[in-house]
Amino acid sequence: MAPIHRRQFGRFVEQAGSIFITLFGLLILTFVIGRIMPNDPVRAIVGEDATREVYENVYRQLGFDRPVWEQFLLYLRDVVQFDFGTAIRTGQPVLTDILHVLPATIELATFAILVGAGLGIPLGVAAAIKKDRWQDQLIRVFSLMGHSMPIFWTGMIGLLIFYAGLGWVGGSGRMSQFYIGLVPERTNFLLIDSALAGAWEVFWSALNHIVLPASLLGYSSAAYITRMTRSFMLDQINQEYVTTARVKGLSANQTVWRHAFGNIRVQLVTIVALAYGSLLEGAVLIETVFAWPGFGQYLTSNLLIGDMNAVMTCVLIVGVIFIALNLISDLLYRIFDPRTR
Amino acid sequence: MTEKTPYATRPAPDLEWLRSLRNIVLYLARTPTSAFGLLVLVVLVLAAVFCPLIATHDPYLQDLQNTLAPPGGAHYFGTDELGRDIFSRLLYGSRITLTIISLVTIVVGPIGLFVGTVAGYFGGRVDMVMMRLTDIFLSFPSLILSLAFVAALGPSLNNAIIAISLTAWPPIARLARAETMTIRKADYIAAARLQGASPARIIWRSVVPMCLPSVLIRLTLNMATVILTAAGLGFLGLGAQPPMPEWGAMIATGRRYMIDSWWLVTFPGLSILAVSLAFNLLGDGLRDALDPKQMNRR
Amino acid sequence: MQNPILEVRDLSVHYRGAPAPAVNKVSFTLGRERLGIVGESGSGKSTVGRALMRLLPTADITASRARFEDVDLLTASEREMLKVRGARMSMILQDPKFSLNPIRRCGDQVAEAYRTHVKCSRAVARAQAIAMLEAVQIRDADRVYALYPHEVSGGMGQRIMIAMMLLTNPDLVIADEPTSALDVTVRLQVLKILDDLVAERGIGLIMISHDLNLVRNFCDRVLIMYAGRVVETLKADELDLAQHPYTRGLIAAQPRIGGSRAPLPVLERDPAWLKETGL
Repeated sequence: MAPIHRRQFGRFVEQAGSIFITLFGLLILTFVIGRIMPNDPVRAIVGEDATREVYENVYRQLGFDRPVWEQFLLYLRDVVQFDFGTAIRTGQPVLTDILHVLPATIELATFAILVGAGLGIPLGVAAAIKKDRWQDQLIRVFSLMGHSMPIFWTGMIGLLIFYAGLGWVGGSGRMSQFYIGLVPERTNFLLIDSALAGAWEVFWSALNHIVLPASLLGYSSAAYITRMTRSFMLDQINQEYVTTARVKGLSANQTVWRHAFGNIRVQLVTIVALAYGSLLEGAVLIETVFAWPGFGQYLTSNLLIGDMNAVMTCVLIVGVIFIALNLISDLLYRIFDPRTR
Repeated sequence: MTEKTPYATRPAPDLEWLRSLRNIVLYLARTPTSAFGLLVLVVLVLAAVFCPLIATHDPYLQDLQNTLAPPGGAHYFGTDELGRDIFSRLLYGSRITLTIISLVTIVVGPIGLFVGTVAGYFGGRVDMVMMRLTDIFLSFPSLILSLAFVAALGPSLNNAIIAISLTAWPPIARLARAETMTIRKADYIAAARLQGASPARIIWRSVVPMCLPSVLIRLTLNMATVILTAAGLGFLGLGAQPPMPEWGAMIATGRRYMIDSWWLVTFPGLSILAVSLAFNLLGDGLRDALDPKQMNRR
Repeated sequence: MQNPILEVRDLSVHYRGAPAPAVNKVSFTLGRERLGIVGESGSGKSTVGRALMRLLPTADITASRARFEDVDLLTASEREMLKVRGARMSMILQDPKFSLNPIRRCGDQVAEAYRTHVKCSRAVARAQAIAMLEAVQIRDADRVYALYPHEVSGGMGQRIMIAMMLLTNPDLVIADEPTSALDVTVRLQVLKILDDLVAERGIGLIMISHDLNLVRNFCDRVLIMYAGRVVETLKADELDLAQHPYTRGLIAAQPRIGGSRAPLPVLERDPAWLKETGL
């Protein structure tokens, strides 16, 4: 057993090292992007008609009079202390702001990934079983369609049809205006908070509002999941153990779900985790359309007023979330596969 | 030793190139989904080239007497809030889309090829540093990183193109590196090295041409993402600025009038959808066409 | 032959897109006996087995007759085939490394064969599976039941495979190269187990192999296949009387302990063999 442990430990060290380097690279990247802006960051803070003295003060406060490497070290020191500065728009620490808006986005993305995986995985399996037949073609077009839609446009059309036209779902925001402020904020996950408070009307309103944006977001991520599921499944269908199952008298469907599916579970977990990360991207756009008070809206609203500090912190956090998702999928990989136990 | 040794010469690629290209196009045309993709792209190019001839109106001409007119005989797709003809604007918008596609290709191809071939050819520490750099870029969703770049550079079409290019090269570099690693060991590379050719010359003359086909295909595959990212930036007001008839920006301005005048957002959206779907279908077909298992069947 | 289990006449299998049929007009009948099908790789011998199980979705299967007991294999619906496969006709595959599902416990896979065809509780299926594992001479059946395929040896894996395929008491078992993936040392042991069970339960066996010596020792009759056709059918103990030049070539190319040390003859092939129709 000892050599295995040593190998696992070595792998752990290697992984930790690579994460550290990637994180450091992320910091350099966000630092550099934050400096290349042509518009004056000091002006953005002090305003157009500040006196020269005020301007110089802020200039020095921000450390712009020092050499670049020193500025980077200062940036590094702040980041290590979780100090990302203050947001111009809200006047609060950026990190506080982000932690406040992030749950709304996570709620949306989680709902969306459930839709995406719930749609993509069965479709991918079906496409593999019916490879090259019309069902396969239909599924291909359907899922690529979701991948090709500009999500902000789909969101508008969805609102137009399902909210304005049919009245099936709620409109913009996380819940009806009427309920805002009624539920105590504990986790900031509205569905959880309202359920905890026993405010079922708010819960339904929230559910009513999340269904449309989350479904559209999920549909857009389903294409990738479908395609990968299909190709994983095709690999498995040609394996001998699948023949064994058929020889035993299992039907094609039973074989796929009871035998082949278990063998792609590990790979699926990985790609669903990656798809979850890329949902954050779609969230930026769809939150704008649905006035969803989440991370994406926070990012774009700060973009438009040129608060680079807040923007770069958002970017950094997305990078960290991506790295974390990669780590998690790696971990799940080892839990799910008996051969790696 | 001259280059004429059978193992040391690279097979003349020109003719084979053309033949396989023709095979691929034939294969694509035979599959209905990819044929649709090809068709849409042909229409896009034709629209961009001949838009002054096809357009019924000047795309920038305002007509405040005739704002938000619904689709009809005079205006096929209606008019927008300033009375401009949406059909004509969409046609001219295809030029912007094509500009974005070609500029991104021109920028991303060489950067990706350079990083990938150099990393793959030299290996070792050079490889490690360059791939680490690639990984860092890859650890962001491309839209978020482009957002950051555009925010720093200031919103404009050119900056949007630069930002998209900066985020689109890592997958290309990955691919070029993988290709280079397999080519590096080939006999004709060894022969060139023995003859005293410099690494730069070997990479440029021997490695790059061999990587080119797969890189071009990969670029096609990525075009749908590029188009959606560009449209997204335009929608957020960070890409092409008004009054340019960029499709994403048109949706953004049309949003205010959406409830009463559905045509303002519907047609630009459908255009984006059609083009990005075309690239996706084409990419999917290319993937199949180049899958060796499928090639055998012919 | 009295009450044949399997009757096949003019069986042809054509993979879609392939230039020539993989199996060309093969005919034979099988009673409660052990029939060997011998041929080199690519001769179509494995395809015959899979065609009989109707497990070739990408091939066209034709025959003037293909009857398994009361089932017409040509016209039976997929639903009827599901009742045949695994219950009355089963197949032992070549390499347990690939033919067992890597992420499910060995015993569960054996028990599943039983539960697919017999309505019973989990516990009953488990007891049946363990009894069967003991029947293939796995001593510690309870422990082996809980192991994953990567935790058992090749010989053990193949015995598990045999247990899985014989558990439902089928009338016909097709063994497709059942021992060629195993170490030489366990080959005979596994074959013996299979042979005993087949004899004891009166199962019809089709043994597909490239190994003439093995087939000669374990089968009653032998079909020799070449390029999709049966070139000769012989009783196993009369192999030395073979007429066809291909069969004779195969026999001559077998190494023999204590035989001449001269290089083994190389098989010569005659294109005319492909033109002969039937036998």
